[in-house]
Amino acid sequence: MNDKLIIGGHAFASRLFTGTGKFAARSWIPKMLAASGSEMITVALRRIDQAGTPENILDYIPKNVVLLPNTSGARTAEEAVRIARIARAAGCGRFIKIEVITDTKYLMPDNYETLKATEILAKEDFIVLPYVLPDLPLAKRLEDAGAAAVMPLGAPIGSNRGLETKPLIALLIENCRVPVVVDAGIGRPSQAAEAMEMGADAVLVNTAIATAEDPALMGRAFALAVAAGRLGYLAKLAGQSVTARASSPLTGFLE
Amino acid sequence: MEIEIRINGREERHKACSIAELVADRGLTAGSLIVEHNGRIIRQDDWGEVMLCPGDVLEMLNFVGGG
Repeated sequence: MNDKLIIGGHAFASRLFTGTGKFAARSWIPKMLAASGSEMITVALRRIDQAGTPENILDYIPKNVVLLPNTSGARTAEEAVRIARIARAAGCGRFIKIEVITDTKYLMPDNYETLKATEILAKEDFIVLPYVLPDLPLAKRLEDAGAAAVMPLGAPIGSNRGLETKPLIALLIENCRVPVVVDAGIGRPSQAAEAMEMGADAVLVNTAIATAEDPALMGRAFALAVAAGRLGYLAKLAGQSVTARASSPLTGFLE
Repeated sequence: MEIEIRINGREERHKACSIAELVADRGLTAGSLIVEHNGRIIRQDDWGEVMLCPGDVLEMLNFVGGG
């Protein structure tokens, strides 16, 4: 079955996007990528803080995996734009995850600044994936601004609480032309399956994989859950009812 | 001659030199280091060519893990 996800002209066979943060050892990253089949992974950009050879996270990412640099650390649209330009100039390609955060307790994305950054970067030919609170009117504005996808959070970053914003994400799935990628908060494979079953186009999972005892095995578990949830969505879920509906004939055995 | 430049947001005094010399003086190896000079990314091949001037703004950056 040809069920590739197209974002920014790239075709992804895997609908599981992953991240490079929080791994106990970076050597887990290529193992996790191999085990999960994930074809897109996030990286961040930071000032160096000491002498020596800065360790290059890119060395741990196979060339066939698409890099999704994020703008973490940005508190304004202007800062996000600057980070995006640096990432592209440094050879990271055209994809950019816009992440503008001013709230340090819940790490809620600033939707207003994110929209402003999207407007600027889409015009500069970036493939823009904005990380947002699920808000339908905003998502439509992001589409109009040229976003290649929208990435609503399920729950706060790293919280592993799952799809707390599910009804709002459902509105995005129902109404958006661009792919909807559930990003942040997904803590277990069943929650990834749940997002895919409801029609999300992909999920982005970092913490739940990176901080598992065996990140490679967890990457595989998430890949299977995402694939299962996607198939469930494509197969169209059967309806629910309050009362039982017999699956065997209701006539008595010997009648 | 010492000049004042801004590196990663901090004012610093350093002898006038090229980016390549500055990187070496700070005990850094090129590796994956990204250098932005007055808002423009300078390719590693060109680090020896770009001379620092008073008031220059440098960002020294690197890709790290993130979600």
